[in-house]
Amino acid sequence: MTDLLRITGLHLSLPDLNRKPLIGAAPRIHILKGVDFAIAKGEIVGIVGGSGSGKSTLARTLVRLLEPSAGTIHFDGQDISHLSEAALRPLRRRFQMIFQDPMSSLNPRHTVAQIIEGPLALHDVANPSDRMREALDAVGLGQRFATRHPHQMSGGQRQRVGIARAIALRPDFIVADEIVSGLDVSSQAQVLSLLERLVADLGLTLAFISHDLSVIRRLCNRIIVLDKGVIVENAPSAEVFDTPKAAATRELLASILLPEVGADWQT
Amino acid sequence: MADARALVHRRAGLRLWLSAGWIALVAAAALLAPWIAPHDPLAQDLFLGRLPPFWMEGTEPGYWLGTDSLGRDVLSRILHGARIALIVAVIAGTLTCLIGATLGLLAGFLRGWVDLVISRLIDIWMAFPPVLFSILLIAVLGPGLTSIIIAIVVIDWTRFARVVRAEAMAQGAMDYVASARVAGRTRIGTMLREILPNVLPTIVVLLTLEMGIAVIVEAILSFVNLSISTDDPTWGGMIAEGRTSVHQAWWVLVFPLVTLFLTVLAFSQLGEGLKDRYDPVLQ
Ligand SMILES: Nc1ncnc2c1ncn2[C@@H]1O[C@H](COP(=O)(O)OP(=O)(O)O)[C@@H](O)[C@H]1O
Ligand SMILES: [Mg+2]
Repeated sequence: MTDLLRITGLHLSLPDLNRKPLIGAAPRIHILKGVDFAIAKGEIVGIVGGSGSGKSTLARTLVRLLEPSAGTIHFDGQDISHLSEAALRPLRRRFQMIFQDPMSSLNPRHTVAQIIEGPLALHDVANPSDRMREALDAVGLGQRFATRHPHQMSGGQRQRVGIARAIALRPDFIVADEIVSGLDVSSQAQVLSLLERLVADLGLTLAFISHDLSVIRRLCNRIIVLDKGVIVENAPSAEVFDTPKAAATRELLASILLPEVGADWQT
Repeated sequence: MADARALVHRRAGLRLWLSAGWIALVAAAALLAPWIAPHDPLAQDLFLGRLPPFWMEGTEPGYWLGTDSLGRDVLSRILHGARIALIVAVIAGTLTCLIGATLGLLAGFLRGWVDLVISRLIDIWMAFPPVLFSILLIAVLGPGLTSIIIAIVVIDWTRFARVVRAEAMAQGAMDYVASARVAGRTRIGTMLREILPNVLPTIVVLLTLEMGIAVIVEAILSFVNLSISTDDPTWGGMIAEGRTSVHQAWWVLVFPLVTLFLTVLAFSQLGEGLKDRYDPVLQ
């Protein structure tokens, strides 16, 4: 299999504006500390880690919302680590991101049609409104949603719009950052099975980020465990669940096993 | 439940229609003053001095709101005064809004050195006391309509810049901005297409508020005789003249004062009304 995405020695530090002294530069906070992994075409990789482990930072770096401090990101063989925004623009159609909180990631004063068609128009896609309708169908929202604003929908419906916006561009790669954490259990299940189907239908490569291993288990071929900015485990799903190597993995596993303790309280 | 919402909607609608209705009336007066005013606003007639309004004793037919001490018709002067009030409101309000909102939007969204420069400018500007600043400006520019408009714009653009900057900054932190970047939208494109629609409701409210403020400023400057040449009827000038004879002829003071008050109130309510009616997020 060929690698669609290859990350080598990735470091990322950001200025910590909360601790900026009155004069001079803010101290830098080191968030990703040497991350190496690759994602093959067609693979669904789960990226898990506790809160603050650097998952969102990694996601934003993969789609070059952030520029790596060191290391490289190769997308389909091309080094995109330090490309300028202008040089990235034509490539941007090919890697997309779905955000955690659709209330924040969908423009509240745009209609669903505008939200989905905006990116299409930017990349000169022919017949953007047909594409928009197709995408709405694909995520199981009816055409009547096209004229709605985000606040006129439920959380699950909003997240479907986020997915529709990403897939309408027909990208090769999508990174989804905790996209079901804000949803109730039944919408979680619906959005997950939708994603599963879309990945299969469209031949997508997916990096699925979550702090919840139970969500990952069902969807992913491979799991990467992130802890304090370093990868502590990178193995096929079954292996991670059966023989976890890192302490951080065992902790995450323990947190999903917790509810089952309640199930046998009678014995 | 649904009834409560409908009630809020009806109240919001009423506010919009009342304020828009009054401003339409003032605009009609301003446009049509030469044709609808019953008398020449400058014509003096000492035999007709201090005539009371129509419902009182000792009136002359045709002088509905009475006359001032020089025998000039109060209604005709109010109608003609609407011209200068409205010209100042629209031109000064729009210019202030354009300059202030643009600088605020650029500073709040682009941040970095652009924000640094604009924010410093705002800080320095706000250190000047506004009344002193305006009187100084007019003293330098000489009295007149253009001077008033320049004074209002020069003093009040910071009001827009500060609010719009803060709002744009808050909007800039939202993920829809990151999402636009992932889609490949340029910075300026994002500012205009993503951020602007979200600060527009605030801008509209500020704009109509500023129009009301412009009417007051013009009146105050007329009152202290720094406005237009004293011949042209202005509401502020009428209030200044009426004040001196308020015990003999209260109507010379009260009618322009009420007109001014209603106009400023209507402007301040118009923006909120428009926002309630047209902001998609409030539908
Ligand atoms: N813009 C930023 N400035 C300073 N610190 C940040 C910034 N973004 C994230 N961090 C810090 O980096 C760490 C990782 O954050 P994040 O990637 O959001 O973690 P996760 O998504 O795994 O919860 C956290 O400790 C967070 O406080
Ligand atoms: Mg996160």
